[in-house]
Amino acid sequence: MSESVLTLDDVGFDYGPLCVIDKLSLDVKRDELLVCVGPSGCGKSTLLGLLGGHLPPTRGKILRKGASRTIYQDGGLFPWLTVRENIAMGNPTKVDEWLEITRLSDFAGHYAHQLSGGMRQRVELARALAAETDILLMDEPFSALDYQTRNRMRKELVATLAERPRTVVFVTHDIEEAVQIGDRVVVLGTRPANVRKELALPTGRSRSPATPGVADAEQAIMEELGLS
Amino acid sequence: MPARVRSKPGVEIAAGGALVAIAVTAAAIVGDVYEGTGWLLLPIFLGLGLLIHGVARLPHDTKVPLSRIAEWVLPILCACVILTAWWGASALNMFPPGTVPGPAEVGDAFRAEVASGRLFADMIASLYRVSWGFLSAVMLAVPLGLVIGRHAATRAALMPLINFFRSLSPIAWIPFAIVWFGVGDPPAIAIIFIATFFQVVLATAAAAASVPKVYYKVAEDLGLRSRAVLFQITLPAIMPQLVTALRVAIGVAWMVVVAAEMIAVRSGLGFLIVDARNGLRMDLVVCGMITIGTIGIGLDVAFARLARIPSLRWGFER
Repeated sequence: MSESVLTLDDVGFDYGPLCVIDKLSLDVKRDELLVCVGPSGCGKSTLLGLLGGHLPPTRGKILRKGASRTIYQDGGLFPWLTVRENIAMGNPTKVDEWLEITRLSDFAGHYAHQLSGGMRQRVELARALAAETDILLMDEPFSALDYQTRNRMRKELVATLAERPRTVVFVTHDIEEAVQIGDRVVVLGTRPANVRKELALPTGRSRSPATPGVADAEQAIMEELGLS
Repeated sequence: MPARVRSKPGVEIAAGGALVAIAVTAAAIVGDVYEGTGWLLLPIFLGLGLLIHGVARLPHDTKVPLSRIAEWVLPILCACVILTAWWGASALNMFPPGTVPGPAEVGDAFRAEVASGRLFADMIASLYRVSWGFLSAVMLAVPLGLVIGRHAATRAALMPLINFFRSLSPIAWIPFAIVWFGVGDPPAIAIIFIATFFQVVLATAAAAASVPKVYYKVAEDLGLRSRAVLFQITLPAIMPQLVTALRVAIGVAWMVVVAAEMIAVRSGLGFLIVDARNGLRMDLVVCGMITIGTIGIGLDVAFARLARIPSLRWGFER
């Protein structure tokens, strides 16, 4: 694989006396889709805060090549702006192109509260990708959506990334999601969070549960999290 | 069969009311005051209980929108019923002489006031004072509210003071307003200012403190600088709450201008009422009340319309 874009070296983070992340080392390659899974409250959002540069690490070093954009679970769109204006906040010169790619052209003049949950996440994706930064961080971006929309959004994400490759760190508590789209899955342990297990997945994103190796990977993650 | 639990708030309130009535009466007898009038609370609470019982039985149809025609016709119809009752009662001489003027007298007073130009001049005088007091208060209150809402130390330092002054009725400042600003417009404007300022500071601070953190994280990703964050994130994010606060504040400001004009000035709708009272012209008093109430409705409608601005609607439709 190619060069590292994001490197965490023995990183730790404390909220006051509470050690949320400890001795976490991670290496993300260019255009890789890395999925982090872990139980809720394990410090996934804190990890993304560190990766995105919103939080300074208490210990260790973080190396970031290029800027990043973060997509949140819900509510990251500015409700006082239209779809077009929101995307323009990311990059005013590429709005029409991204409206096209995310099939939102007919909704350019709509506000967030007039859109469905899936559409809102597409706008978030368009705003983040229009900025053309190297790194995309996703904090459970589809977990507030219903099952069908969630599945469709995963496929759309994979398709969009095939066209416009980016380095993605995707955080989720959904193991099925992790094994479907990730190139590599990192299983995080609870507080303090660190890497419990790393799994490489079969090549080709957007897998089905029947794809060879997927069921095994899912089983391995479940075992690691003590769920099986 | 499982026991059916049915809440009967009306009955509970009526029963509570009976207990309160007995307690108050007992206290009054022991303290030798009120001559046992605490019993009067009993029918009041019984009535309240019945009312709540009735309201609880109303169907939940508030989500069904009224037709536009009904929205106009219903209030006009309601006003007509009250006018007719007023007219009928005065035609039948049901009010003791000199207590309630009839619609005809009030109509005559209206015509005379309009013809002399005095009513219009009074309206302008009152609106002028409200505009100055309200606008100057908003100009200062919004920035202060933003600082209080977004800066913990300032909030800790100033919130008790703001709450302290907010609890004081603006009317309590009238003596100081007169001593500091003399007579004429300035003391009245100062009273309006005080009535509006603390309210808007509190509303702005509450709104600014509750802006979702995710907007600021996105703004950081977008590389917005502090000035851009203020104008592109914080202000638009608090705007719906601010508009609601301004709507409440303009109502209070309008209410207070009348009180302020009863003391320090010789023009305006408040002065009209006080002057009419001194001359025992109840018809003129009612004329002033109707004008004040109508302008109040107008101001409220105007501020309610602000909520229809496209970039604000998200705050009212969720």
